[in-house]
Amino acid sequence: MPKPQLRSVDSAPISAPPAFSFQSVSRHFGEKSVLSNIDLTVPQGQFVAIIGKSGCGKSTLLRLLAGLDQPDGGQITRAPVQPGQSSIRIMFQEPRLLPWARVVDNVAVGLTGLASRSEAKARAHDLLEKVGLSDRDGEWPSVLSGGQRQRVALARALIGQPSVLALDEPLGALDALTRIEMQHLLSRIWQTQGFTAVLVTHDVAEAVILADRVIVLDAGKVALDLAIPLPRPRRHGHPDLAVYEQKILAQLFGEDGAQA
Amino acid sequence: MTALQARFGAAIGWLLPVVILLIWEALSRAGIITENVLPAPTEVFAAFLRVLKSGDLARNIGVSAWRALTGLAIGGSIGFALGLANGLSLLSRNLTDTTLQMVRNIPHLALIPLVILWFGIDEGAKLFLVALGVFFPIYVNTLLGIQTVDPQLIEMGRTYGMDRRALFLRVILPGALPSIFVGLRYALGIMWLTLIVAETISASSGLGYMAMQAREFLMIDVVVLSILIYALLGKLADSFVRVLERLCLQWHPAFQKTAQQPART
Ligand SMILES: Nc1ncnc2c1ncn2[C@@H]1O[C@H](COP(=O)(O)OP(=O)(O)OP(=O)(O)O)[C@@H](O)[C@H]1O
Ligand SMILES: [Mg+2]
Repeated sequence: MPKPQLRSVDSAPISAPPAFSFQSVSRHFGEKSVLSNIDLTVPQGQFVAIIGKSGCGKSTLLRLLAGLDQPDGGQITRAPVQPGQSSIRIMFQEPRLLPWARVVDNVAVGLTGLASRSEAKARAHDLLEKVGLSDRDGEWPSVLSGGQRQRVALARALIGQPSVLALDEPLGALDALTRIEMQHLLSRIWQTQGFTAVLVTHDVAEAVILADRVIVLDAGKVALDLAIPLPRPRRHGHPDLAVYEQKILAQLFGEDGAQA
Repeated sequence: MTALQARFGAAIGWLLPVVILLIWEALSRAGIITENVLPAPTEVFAAFLRVLKSGDLARNIGVSAWRALTGLAIGGSIGFALGLANGLSLLSRNLTDTTLQMVRNIPHLALIPLVILWFGIDEGAKLFLVALGVFFPIYVNTLLGIQTVDPQLIEMGRTYGMDRRALFLRVILPGALPSIFVGLRYALGIMWLTLIVAETISASSGLGYMAMQAREFLMIDVVVLSILIYALLGKLADSFVRVLERLCLQWHPAFQKTAQQPART
Protein backbone atom coordinates (compact mmCIF):
# COMPACT_ATOMS: atom_id res chain seq x y z
CA MET A 1 0.00 0.00 0.00
CA PRO A 2 1.50 3.37 -0.94
CA LYS A 3 1.70 5.35 2.28
CA PRO A 4 1.18 9.08 1.85
CA GLN A 5 4.06 10.58 3.75
CA LEU A 6 3.51 14.29 3.60
CA ARG A 7 0.15 15.82 4.11
CA SER A 8 -0.41 19.42 3.33
CA VAL A 9 -3.20 21.67 2.11
CA ASP A 10 -4.54 19.28 -0.47
CA SER A 11 -3.97 16.40 1.92
CA ALA A 12 -6.96 14.35 0.81
CA PRO A 13 -5.24 12.43 -1.96
CA ILE A 14 -8.25 12.01 -4.19
CA SER A 15 -6.05 10.18 -6.65
CA ALA A 16 -5.19 7.46 -4.11
CA PRO A 17 -6.96 4.11 -4.63
CA PRO A 18 -10.03 3.60 -2.43
CA ALA A 19 -9.54 2.13 1.04
CA PHE A 20 -13.18 1.09 1.06
CA SER A 21 -16.33 1.96 -0.70
CA PHE A 22 -20.06 1.66 0.06
CA GLN A 23 -22.31 1.10 -2.94
CA SER A 24 -25.97 1.92 -2.20
CA VAL A 25 -25.72 0.23 1.18
CA SER A 26 -28.92 -0.14 3.23
CA ARG A 27 -29.57 -1.46 6.68
CA HIS A 28 -32.83 -1.70 8.52
CA PHE A 29 -33.84 -3.14 11.86
CA GLY A 30 -37.32 -4.57 11.55
CA GLU A 31 -39.49 -1.88 10.02
CA LYS A 32 -37.07 0.88 10.87
CA SER A 33 -34.73 1.89 8.08
CA VAL A 34 -31.48 3.15 9.57
CA LEU A 35 -29.29 3.55 6.48
CA SER A 36 -30.68 3.82 2.98
CA ASN A 37 -28.64 3.80 -0.21
CA ILE A 38 -25.42 5.10 1.22
CA ASP A 39 -22.74 5.74 -1.39
CA LEU A 40 -19.36 6.58 0.01
CA THR A 41 -15.85 6.07 -1.30
CA VAL A 42 -12.88 6.90 0.87
CA PRO A 43 -9.39 7.01 -0.65
CA GLN A 44 -6.50 5.42 1.20
CA GLY A 45 -4.94 7.62 3.84
CA GLN A 46 -7.86 10.00 4.16
CA PHE A 47 -9.15 11.17 7.55
CA VAL A 48 -12.95 11.18 7.42
CA ALA A 49 -15.19 12.39 10.21
CA ILE A 50 -18.81 11.29 10.40
CA ILE A 51 -21.25 13.52 12.22
CA GLY A 52 -24.95 13.20 12.83
CA LYS A 53 -27.62 13.40 15.45
CA SER A 54 -27.89 10.65 18.02
CA GLY A 55 -29.51 7.54 16.56
CA CYS A 56 -28.93 8.49 12.92
CA GLY A 57 -26.93 5.33 12.24
CA LYS A 58 -23.30 6.34 12.68
CA SER A 59 -22.39 3.31 14.78
CA THR A 60 -24.34 1.10 12.41
CA LEU A 61 -22.28 2.41 9.50
CA LEU A 62 -19.06 1.77 11.38
CA ARG A 63 -20.14 -1.74 12.35
CA LEU A 64 -20.92 -2.48 8.71
CA LEU A 65 -17.51 -1.16 7.71
CA ALA A 66 -15.81 -3.33 10.35
CA GLY A 67 -17.76 -6.40 9.26
CA LEU A 68 -19.46 -6.72 12.66
CA ASP A 69 -22.80 -6.43 10.88
CA GLN A 70 -23.99 -7.22 7.35
CA PRO A 71 -25.88 -4.83 5.04
CA ASP A 72 -29.43 -5.66 3.93
CA GLY A 73 -28.77 -4.18 0.52
CA GLY A 74 -25.85 -2.88 -1.51
CA GLN A 75 -22.21 -3.77 -1.28
CA ILE A 76 -19.13 -2.85 0.70
CA THR A 77 -15.74 -3.36 -0.89
CA ARG A 78 -12.49 -3.06 1.01
CA ALA A 79 -8.97 -2.84 -0.36
CA PRO A 80 -7.03 -6.11 0.06
CA VAL A 81 -4.46 -6.13 2.86
CA GLN A 82 -0.88 -7.30 2.98
CA PRO A 83 0.00 -10.37 5.09
CA GLY A 84 0.91 -9.52 8.69
CA GLN A 85 -1.31 -6.47 8.55
CA SER A 86 -4.82 -6.23 9.90
CA SER A 87 -7.43 -4.83 7.56
CA ILE A 88 -9.65 -2.75 9.80
CA ARG A 89 -9.60 -2.00 13.50
CA ILE A 90 -12.43 -0.46 15.43
CA MET A 91 -12.02 1.62 18.55
CA PHE A 92 -15.11 1.95 20.72
CA GLN A 93 -16.37 4.64 23.00
CA GLU A 94 -15.33 2.46 25.95
CA PRO A 95 -11.71 1.28 26.07
CA ARG A 96 -12.81 -2.39 26.40
CA LEU A 97 -9.52 -3.47 27.95
CA LEU A 98 -9.26 -6.89 29.54
CA PRO A 99 -9.16 -6.05 33.26
CA TRP A 100 -7.18 -9.25 33.98
CA ALA A 101 -4.40 -8.55 31.50
CA ARG A 102 -1.55 -6.14 32.11
CA VAL A 103 -1.37 -3.07 29.90
CA VAL A 104 1.30 -4.59 27.65
CA ASP A 105 -0.71 -7.79 27.20
CA ASN A 106 -3.79 -5.77 26.38
CA VAL A 107 -1.89 -4.05 23.61
CA ALA A 108 -0.56 -7.41 22.40
CA VAL A 109 -4.18 -8.56 21.90
CA GLY A 110 -4.02 -6.40 18.77
CA LEU A 111 -1.63 -8.90 17.19
CA THR A 112 -3.78 -11.98 17.80
CA GLY A 113 -3.10 -14.33 14.92
CA LEU A 114 -0.65 -11.89 13.32
CA ALA A 115 2.49 -12.48 15.38
CA SER A 116 3.87 -14.79 18.07
CA ARG A 117 3.27 -13.94 21.71
CA SER A 118 6.82 -12.82 22.40
CA GLU A 119 7.04 -10.73 19.27
CA ALA A 120 3.67 -9.20 20.09
CA LYS A 121 4.94 -8.20 23.52
CA ALA A 122 8.05 -6.54 22.15
CA ARG A 123 6.04 -4.57 19.62
CA ALA A 124 3.51 -3.64 22.30
CA HIS A 125 6.33 -1.85 24.12
CA ASP A 126 7.03 0.29 21.08
CA LEU A 127 3.40 1.16 20.60
CA LEU A 128 3.00 2.13 24.26
CA GLU A 129 5.93 4.46 23.84
CA LYS A 130 4.20 6.07 20.88
CA VAL A 131 1.09 6.81 22.92
CA GLY A 132 3.19 8.08 25.82
CA LEU A 133 2.65 5.21 28.25
CA SER A 134 6.01 3.45 28.06
CA ASP A 135 6.42 3.33 31.84
CA ARG A 136 2.97 1.85 32.52
CA ASP A 137 3.23 -1.43 30.63
CA GLY A 138 3.19 -3.63 33.73
CA GLU A 139 0.13 -2.03 35.31
CA TRP A 140 -3.42 -3.34 35.55
CA PRO A 141 -5.92 -1.32 33.51
CA SER A 142 -7.92 -0.54 36.66
CA VAL A 143 -5.22 1.81 37.97
CA LEU A 144 -5.14 3.92 34.80
CA SER A 145 -7.17 7.07 34.24
CA GLY A 146 -9.88 7.18 31.57
CA GLY A 147 -7.64 8.98 29.09
CA GLN A 148 -4.78 6.56 29.68
CA ARG A 149 -7.09 3.61 29.12
CA GLN A 150 -8.20 5.05 25.79
CA ARG A 151 -4.56 5.48 24.83
CA VAL A 152 -3.95 1.80 25.59
CA ALA A 153 -6.95 0.97 23.42
CA LEU A 154 -5.49 3.14 20.66
CA ALA A 155 -2.16 1.34 20.91
CA ARG A 156 -3.98 -2.00 20.70
CA ALA A 157 -5.85 -0.87 17.60
CA LEU A 158 -2.71 0.41 15.90
CA ILE A 159 -0.31 -2.42 16.66
CA GLY A 160 -1.66 -4.54 13.80
CA GLN A 161 -0.87 -1.68 11.39
CA PRO A 162 -4.45 -1.53 10.18
CA SER A 163 -5.13 -0.06 6.78
CA VAL A 164 -8.34 1.45 8.17
CA LEU A 165 -8.91 2.65 11.73
CA ALA A 166 -12.57 3.16 12.64
CA LEU A 167 -13.21 5.20 15.76
CA ASP A 168 -16.67 5.28 17.34
CA GLU A 169 -16.67 8.38 19.55
CA PRO A 170 -13.52 7.19 21.30
CA LEU A 171 -13.07 10.51 23.07
CA GLY A 172 -16.70 11.06 24.00
CA ALA A 173 -16.29 10.05 27.63
CA LEU A 174 -13.19 12.12 28.30
CA ASP A 175 -12.94 15.51 29.94
CA ALA A 176 -12.29 18.53 27.70
CA LEU A 177 -8.55 18.81 28.38
CA THR A 178 -7.79 15.12 28.00
CA ARG A 179 -9.83 15.22 24.84
CA ILE A 180 -7.70 17.91 23.24
CA GLU A 181 -4.58 16.02 24.25
CA MET A 182 -5.96 12.86 22.64
CA GLN A 183 -6.87 14.76 19.48
CA HIS A 184 -3.27 15.92 19.14
CA LEU A 185 -2.02 12.39 19.71
CA LEU A 186 -4.42 10.93 17.19
CA SER A 187 -3.56 13.54 14.60
CA ARG A 188 0.19 13.02 15.10
CA ILE A 189 -0.05 9.25 14.86
CA TRP A 190 -2.27 9.42 11.79
CA GLN A 191 0.24 11.72 10.07
CA THR A 192 3.12 9.34 10.66
CA GLN A 193 1.37 5.99 10.12
CA GLY A 194 -0.62 6.69 6.99
CA PHE A 195 -3.75 4.65 7.74
CA THR A 196 -7.24 5.63 6.66
CA ALA A 197 -9.17 7.04 9.62
CA VAL A 198 -12.96 7.07 10.03
CA LEU A 199 -13.96 9.00 13.11
CA VAL A 200 -17.52 9.11 14.39
CA THR A 201 -18.01 12.08 16.67
CA HIS A 202 -20.65 14.35 18.18
CA ASP A 203 -18.24 17.20 18.39
CA VAL A 204 -18.22 19.47 15.33
CA ALA A 205 -15.04 21.23 16.44
CA GLU A 206 -13.30 17.88 16.81
CA ALA A 207 -14.36 16.81 13.32
CA VAL A 208 -13.11 20.01 11.73
CA ILE A 209 -9.79 20.03 13.53
CA LEU A 210 -8.95 16.42 12.68
CA ALA A 211 -10.54 15.51 9.37
CA ASP A 212 -9.80 16.00 5.67
CA ARG A 213 -13.45 15.46 4.99
CA VAL A 214 -16.62 15.63 7.05
CA ILE A 215 -19.70 13.53 6.26
CA VAL A 216 -22.99 14.60 7.81
CA LEU A 217 -25.51 11.77 8.12
CA ASP A 218 -29.17 12.61 8.35
CA ALA A 219 -32.24 10.40 8.01
CA GLY A 220 -30.10 7.50 6.81
CA LYS A 221 -28.48 9.45 3.99
CA VAL A 222 -25.32 11.42 3.39
CA ALA A 223 -26.64 14.96 3.83
CA LEU A 224 -23.33 16.78 3.41
CA ASP A 225 -19.90 15.76 2.14
CA LEU A 226 -17.53 18.56 2.97
CA ALA A 227 -13.78 18.72 2.29
CA ILE A 228 -11.67 20.60 4.85
CA PRO A 229 -8.55 21.59 2.92
CA LEU A 230 -6.85 23.39 5.80
CA PRO A 231 -3.14 22.99 6.60
CA ARG A 232 -2.02 21.10 9.71
CA PRO A 233 -1.41 21.43 12.57
CA ARG A 234 -4.76 23.11 13.12
CA ARG A 235 -5.40 25.10 16.22
CA HIS A 236 -8.57 25.19 18.25
CA GLY A 237 -10.45 28.45 17.81
CA HIS A 238 -8.87 29.41 14.49
CA PRO A 239 -11.30 31.55 12.41
CA ASP A 240 -10.86 29.35 9.29
CA LEU A 241 -12.15 26.39 11.25
CA ALA A 242 -15.17 28.38 12.41
CA VAL A 243 -16.34 28.80 8.81
CA TYR A 244 -16.49 25.04 8.33
CA GLU A 245 -18.08 24.53 11.73
CA GLN A 246 -20.83 26.95 10.74
CA LYS A 247 -21.49 25.07 7.52
CA ILE A 248 -21.83 21.77 9.37
CA LEU A 249 -24.04 23.20 12.11
CA ALA A 250 -26.25 24.81 9.49
CA GLN A 251 -26.69 21.43 7.84
CA LEU A 252 -27.46 19.76 11.16
CA PHE A 253 -29.91 22.28 12.58
CA GLY A 254 -30.96 24.45 9.64
CA GLU A 255 -29.83 28.05 9.21
CA ASP A 256 -31.47 29.25 12.43
CA GLY A 257 -29.67 26.70 14.58
CA ALA A 258 -26.32 27.84 13.24
CA GLN A 259 -27.06 31.46 14.11
CA ALA A 260 -28.00 30.76 17.72
CA MET B 1 -2.20 1.78 55.30
CA THR B 2 1.33 0.97 56.44
CA ALA B 3 2.57 -2.61 56.67
CA LEU B 4 2.59 -2.40 60.45
CA GLN B 5 -1.00 -1.25 60.57
CA ALA B 6 -1.97 -4.01 58.17
CA ARG B 7 -0.36 -6.64 60.36
CA PHE B 8 -2.02 -5.19 63.43
CA GLY B 9 -5.35 -5.20 61.58
CA ALA B 10 -4.99 -8.91 60.85
CA ALA B 11 -3.89 -9.70 64.40
CA ILE B 12 -6.81 -7.86 65.96
CA GLY B 13 -9.17 -10.51 64.62
CA TRP B 14 -7.61 -13.01 67.03
CA LEU B 15 -8.08 -10.75 70.05
CA LEU B 16 -11.71 -11.66 70.64
CA PRO B 17 -11.23 -15.46 70.53
CA VAL B 18 -8.37 -15.15 73.04
CA VAL B 19 -10.48 -13.00 75.38
CA ILE B 20 -13.36 -15.47 75.16
CA LEU B 21 -10.99 -18.34 76.01
CA LEU B 22 -9.67 -16.44 79.03
CA ILE B 23 -13.17 -15.67 80.32
CA TRP B 24 -14.22 -19.27 79.72
CA GLU B 25 -11.21 -20.52 81.72
CA ALA B 26 -11.90 -18.08 84.54
CA LEU B 27 -15.58 -19.05 84.74
CA SER B 28 -14.67 -22.74 84.80
CA ARG B 29 -12.15 -22.24 87.59
CA ALA B 30 -14.67 -20.24 89.58
CA GLY B 31 -17.06 -23.17 89.24
CA ILE B 32 -19.71 -21.15 87.42
CA ILE B 33 -19.44 -23.41 84.35
CA THR B 34 -19.45 -26.96 85.68
CA GLU B 35 -17.30 -29.66 84.18
CA ASN B 36 -20.18 -31.77 82.87
CA VAL B 37 -21.49 -28.80 80.85
CA LEU B 38 -18.28 -27.47 79.39
CA PRO B 39 -14.74 -28.42 80.45
CA ALA B 40 -12.18 -25.67 80.89
CA PRO B 41 -9.91 -24.80 77.94
CA THR B 42 -6.95 -26.25 79.79
CA GLU B 43 -8.77 -29.56 80.10
CA VAL B 44 -9.65 -29.53 76.42
CA PHE B 45 -5.98 -28.90 75.74
CA ALA B 46 -5.05 -31.86 77.94
CA ALA B 47 -7.49 -34.00 75.95
CA PHE B 48 -5.83 -32.71 72.81
CA LEU B 49 -2.42 -33.88 74.01
CA ARG B 50 -3.91 -37.24 74.97
CA VAL B 51 -5.50 -38.04 71.62
CA LEU B 52 -2.48 -36.60 69.86
CA LYS B 53 -0.18 -39.04 71.67
CA SER B 54 -2.45 -42.03 71.08
CA GLY B 55 -2.44 -41.26 67.36
CA ASP B 56 -6.25 -41.15 67.23
CA LEU B 57 -6.31 -37.47 66.37
CA ALA B 58 -4.01 -37.60 63.38
CA ARG B 59 -5.76 -40.68 62.01
CA ASN B 60 -9.25 -39.23 62.36
CA ILE B 61 -8.30 -35.82 60.96
CA GLY B 62 -6.60 -37.57 58.07
CA VAL B 63 -9.69 -39.62 57.31
CA SER B 64 -12.01 -36.61 57.53
CA ALA B 65 -9.76 -34.42 55.41
CA TRP B 66 -9.47 -37.14 52.77
CA ARG B 67 -13.26 -37.48 52.60
CA ALA B 68 -13.74 -33.73 52.43
CA LEU B 69 -11.19 -33.15 49.68
CA THR B 70 -12.14 -36.18 47.59
CA GLY B 71 -15.81 -35.24 47.79
CA LEU B 72 -14.95 -31.67 46.87
CA ALA B 73 -12.82 -32.79 43.94
CA ILE B 74 -15.55 -35.06 42.56
CA GLY B 75 -18.56 -32.80 43.10
CA GLY B 76 -16.60 -29.64 42.34
CA SER B 77 -15.23 -30.84 39.02
CA ILE B 78 -18.61 -32.13 37.85
CA GLY B 79 -20.24 -28.83 38.88
CA PHE B 80 -17.52 -26.82 37.18
CA ALA B 81 -17.72 -28.85 33.98
CA LEU B 82 -21.51 -28.60 33.80
CA GLY B 83 -21.38 -24.90 34.65
CA LEU B 84 -18.95 -24.36 31.78
CA ALA B 85 -20.96 -26.48 29.38
CA ASN B 86 -24.23 -24.75 30.21
CA GLY B 87 -22.64 -21.33 30.15
CA LEU B 88 -21.12 -21.87 26.72
CA SER B 89 -23.75 -23.98 24.98
CA LEU B 90 -27.39 -23.10 24.79
CA LEU B 91 -28.26 -26.65 23.79
CA SER B 92 -26.61 -28.07 26.87
CA ARG B 93 -28.34 -25.51 29.07
CA ASN B 94 -31.78 -26.17 27.65
CA LEU B 95 -31.18 -29.86 28.06
CA THR B 96 -30.00 -29.97 31.69
CA ASP B 97 -30.66 -26.74 33.55
CA THR B 98 -34.32 -27.33 34.43
CA THR B 99 -33.53 -30.77 35.84
CA LEU B 100 -30.61 -29.43 37.85
CA GLN B 101 -32.68 -26.59 39.25
CA MET B 102 -35.29 -29.10 40.42
CA VAL B 103 -32.72 -31.34 42.08
CA ARG B 104 -31.18 -28.26 43.68
CA ASN B 105 -34.33 -27.72 45.72
CA ILE B 106 -33.92 -31.02 47.55
CA PRO B 107 -31.80 -30.46 50.68
CA HIS B 108 -29.01 -32.95 50.12
CA LEU B 109 -28.97 -33.97 53.78
CA ALA B 110 -32.54 -35.20 53.36
CA LEU B 111 -31.06 -37.98 51.27
CA ILE B 112 -29.12 -39.47 54.19
CA PRO B 113 -31.52 -42.36 54.87
CA LEU B 114 -31.56 -43.25 51.19
CA VAL B 115 -27.81 -42.93 50.90
CA ILE B 116 -27.31 -45.23 53.88
CA LEU B 117 -29.55 -47.77 52.20
CA TRP B 118 -27.53 -47.52 49.01
CA PHE B 119 -23.99 -47.38 50.37
CA GLY B 120 -24.30 -48.62 53.96
CA ILE B 121 -21.93 -46.71 56.23
CA ASP B 122 -19.16 -47.05 53.68
CA GLU B 123 -16.87 -44.32 52.40
CA GLY B 124 -19.14 -44.11 49.36
CA ALA B 125 -21.99 -42.65 51.39
CA LYS B 126 -19.90 -39.78 52.74
CA LEU B 127 -18.25 -39.02 49.43
CA PHE B 128 -21.60 -39.01 47.67
CA LEU B 129 -23.14 -36.59 50.14
CA VAL B 130 -20.17 -34.22 50.12
CA ALA B 131 -19.94 -34.30 46.34
CA LEU B 132 -23.65 -33.59 45.99
CA GLY B 133 -23.43 -30.78 48.54
CA VAL B 134 -20.55 -28.96 46.86
CA PHE B 135 -21.84 -29.55 43.34
CA PHE B 136 -24.55 -26.90 43.34
CA PRO B 137 -22.73 -23.82 44.62
CA ILE B 138 -19.94 -24.46 42.14
CA TYR B 139 -22.30 -25.22 39.26
CA VAL B 140 -24.54 -22.21 39.86
CA ASN B 141 -21.70 -19.73 40.31
CA THR B 142 -19.68 -20.99 37.35
CA LEU B 143 -22.74 -20.65 35.14
CA LEU B 144 -23.53 -17.21 36.53
CA GLY B 145 -19.93 -16.09 36.08
CA ILE B 146 -19.89 -17.07 32.42
CA GLN B 147 -23.27 -15.55 31.72
CA THR B 148 -22.26 -12.22 33.22
CA VAL B 149 -18.98 -11.77 31.33
CA ASP B 150 -19.12 -8.35 29.68
CA PRO B 151 -20.48 -8.92 26.14
CA GLN B 152 -18.54 -5.85 24.97
CA LEU B 153 -15.30 -7.62 25.86
CA ILE B 154 -16.40 -10.71 23.94
CA GLU B 155 -17.19 -8.56 20.92
CA MET B 156 -13.79 -6.91 21.28
CA GLY B 157 -12.13 -10.34 21.33
CA ARG B 158 -13.97 -11.33 18.18
CA THR B 159 -13.04 -8.16 16.29
CA TYR B 160 -9.41 -8.84 17.17
CA GLY B 161 -9.67 -12.25 15.59
CA MET B 162 -9.64 -14.51 18.68
CA ASP B 163 -10.82 -18.03 17.89
CA ARG B 164 -13.16 -19.87 20.27
CA ARG B 165 -10.32 -21.31 22.28
CA ALA B 166 -8.55 -17.97 22.75
CA LEU B 167 -11.85 -16.27 23.51
CA PHE B 168 -12.54 -18.82 26.24
CA LEU B 169 -9.07 -18.78 27.78
CA ARG B 170 -8.42 -15.06 27.58
CA VAL B 171 -11.84 -13.48 28.01
CA ILE B 172 -14.57 -15.79 29.29
CA LEU B 173 -12.76 -17.87 31.90
CA PRO B 174 -10.90 -14.98 33.57
CA GLY B 175 -14.11 -12.98 33.57
CA ALA B 176 -16.00 -15.78 35.29
CA LEU B 177 -13.27 -16.44 37.84
CA PRO B 178 -14.45 -14.06 40.62
CA SER B 179 -17.84 -15.71 40.60
CA ILE B 180 -16.29 -19.20 40.55
CA PHE B 181 -14.35 -18.31 43.68
CA VAL B 182 -17.54 -17.21 45.42
CA GLY B 183 -18.95 -20.63 44.57
CA LEU B 184 -15.86 -22.38 45.88
CA ARG B 185 -16.08 -20.63 49.22
CA TYR B 186 -19.73 -21.51 49.61
CA ALA B 187 -18.87 -25.07 48.67
CA LEU B 188 -16.24 -25.32 51.40
CA GLY B 189 -18.76 -24.36 54.06
CA ILE B 190 -21.20 -26.96 52.79
CA MET B 191 -18.42 -29.51 52.54
CA TRP B 192 -17.60 -29.40 56.28
CA LEU B 193 -21.25 -29.21 57.30
CA THR B 194 -22.13 -32.27 55.25
CA LEU B 195 -19.19 -34.20 56.55
CA ILE B 196 -19.96 -33.44 60.21
CA VAL B 197 -23.53 -34.59 59.82
CA ALA B 198 -22.62 -37.69 57.83
CA GLU B 199 -19.84 -38.74 60.20
CA THR B 200 -21.97 -38.18 63.25
CA ILE B 201 -24.78 -40.33 61.94
CA SER B 202 -22.85 -43.16 60.43
CA ALA B 203 -19.13 -43.72 60.45
CA SER B 204 -16.43 -45.87 61.96
CA SER B 205 -13.68 -43.28 61.72
CA GLY B 206 -13.20 -39.56 61.28
CA LEU B 207 -13.67 -36.53 63.48
CA GLY B 208 -17.44 -36.89 63.76
CA TYR B 209 -17.01 -40.51 64.77
CA MET B 210 -14.43 -39.48 67.37
CA ALA B 211 -16.90 -37.01 68.85
CA MET B 212 -19.73 -39.58 68.95
CA GLN B 213 -17.48 -42.18 70.59
CA ALA B 214 -16.39 -39.69 73.21
CA ARG B 215 -20.03 -38.86 73.90
CA GLU B 216 -20.76 -42.52 74.65
CA PHE B 217 -17.92 -42.61 77.15
CA LEU B 218 -18.94 -39.20 78.55
CA MET B 219 -15.57 -37.70 77.56
CA ILE B 220 -16.96 -34.24 77.08
CA ASP B 221 -13.49 -32.74 76.70
CA VAL B 222 -12.91 -34.78 73.52
CA VAL B 223 -16.35 -33.79 72.22
CA VAL B 224 -15.48 -30.11 72.64
CA LEU B 225 -12.07 -30.72 71.12
CA SER B 226 -13.63 -32.27 67.99
CA ILE B 227 -15.90 -29.28 67.56
CA LEU B 228 -12.99 -26.87 67.89
CA ILE B 229 -10.98 -28.81 65.33
CA TYR B 230 -13.86 -28.65 62.88
CA ALA B 231 -13.91 -24.89 63.34
CA LEU B 232 -10.16 -24.67 62.78
CA LEU B 233 -10.25 -26.84 59.65
CA GLY B 234 -13.07 -24.74 58.24
CA LYS B 235 -11.10 -21.58 58.87
CA LEU B 236 -8.00 -23.15 57.34
CA ALA B 237 -9.82 -24.09 54.14
CA ASP B 238 -11.33 -20.62 53.88
CA SER B 239 -7.94 -18.96 54.37
CA PHE B 240 -6.45 -21.19 51.68
CA VAL B 241 -9.08 -20.10 49.18
CA ARG B 242 -8.54 -16.47 50.14
CA VAL B 243 -4.85 -16.79 49.38
CA LEU B 244 -5.64 -18.49 46.08
CA GLU B 245 -8.14 -15.77 45.26
CA ARG B 246 -5.62 -13.06 46.04
CA LEU B 247 -3.16 -14.71 43.65
CA CYS B 248 -5.60 -15.30 40.81
CA LEU B 249 -7.53 -12.05 41.05
CA GLN B 250 -4.64 -9.62 41.46
CA TRP B 251 -6.14 -7.53 38.68
CA HIS B 252 -9.40 -7.06 40.56
CA PRO B 253 -9.66 -3.64 42.22
CA ALA B 254 -11.03 -5.32 45.36
CA PHE B 255 -7.75 -7.20 45.79
CA GLN B 256 -5.38 -4.36 45.07
CA LYS B 257 -3.49 -2.67 47.85
CA THR B 258 -5.19 0.48 49.04
CA ALA B 259 -2.06 2.43 48.16
CA GLN B 260 -2.85 1.97 44.45
CA GLN B 261 -6.38 3.23 44.42
CA PRO B 262 -7.51 3.55 40.82
CA ALA B 263 -7.20 7.09 39.57
CA ARG B 264 -10.15 7.88 37.38
CA THR B 265 -10.76 10.92 35.26
N1 LIG C 1 -29.07 -4.33 16.80
C1 LIG C 1 -30.06 -3.43 16.65
N2 LIG C 1 -31.36 -3.82 16.68
C2 LIG C 1 -32.35 -2.93 16.53
N3 LIG C 1 -32.17 -1.62 16.33
C3 LIG C 1 -30.90 -1.17 16.29
C4 LIG C 1 -29.79 -2.04 16.44
N4 LIG C 1 -28.66 -1.32 16.35
C5 LIG C 1 -29.06 -0.05 16.14
N5 LIG C 1 -30.40 0.05 16.10
C6 LIG C 1 -31.17 1.27 15.86
O1 LIG C 1 -30.61 1.93 14.77
C7 LIG C 1 -30.59 3.32 14.97
C8 LIG C 1 -29.21 3.85 14.76
O2 LIG C 1 -28.36 3.36 15.77
P1 LIG C 1 -26.84 3.75 15.88
O3 LIG C 1 -26.29 3.09 17.08
O4 LIG C 1 -26.18 3.48 14.59
O5 LIG C 1 -26.94 5.32 16.11
P2 LIG C 1 -25.76 6.37 16.33
O6 LIG C 1 -25.83 7.34 15.23
O7 LIG C 1 -24.49 5.67 16.56
O8 LIG C 1 -26.24 7.08 17.66
P3 LIG C 1 -25.34 7.68 18.86
O9 LIG C 1 -24.79 8.94 18.34
O10 LIG C 1 -26.33 7.91 19.95
O11 LIG C 1 -24.31 6.66 19.19
C9 LIG C 1 -31.14 3.57 16.36
O12 LIG C 1 -32.47 4.00 16.24
C10 LIG C 1 -31.08 2.23 17.02
O13 LIG C 1 -32.15 2.08 17.90
MG1 LIG D 1 -23.21 5.33 18.26
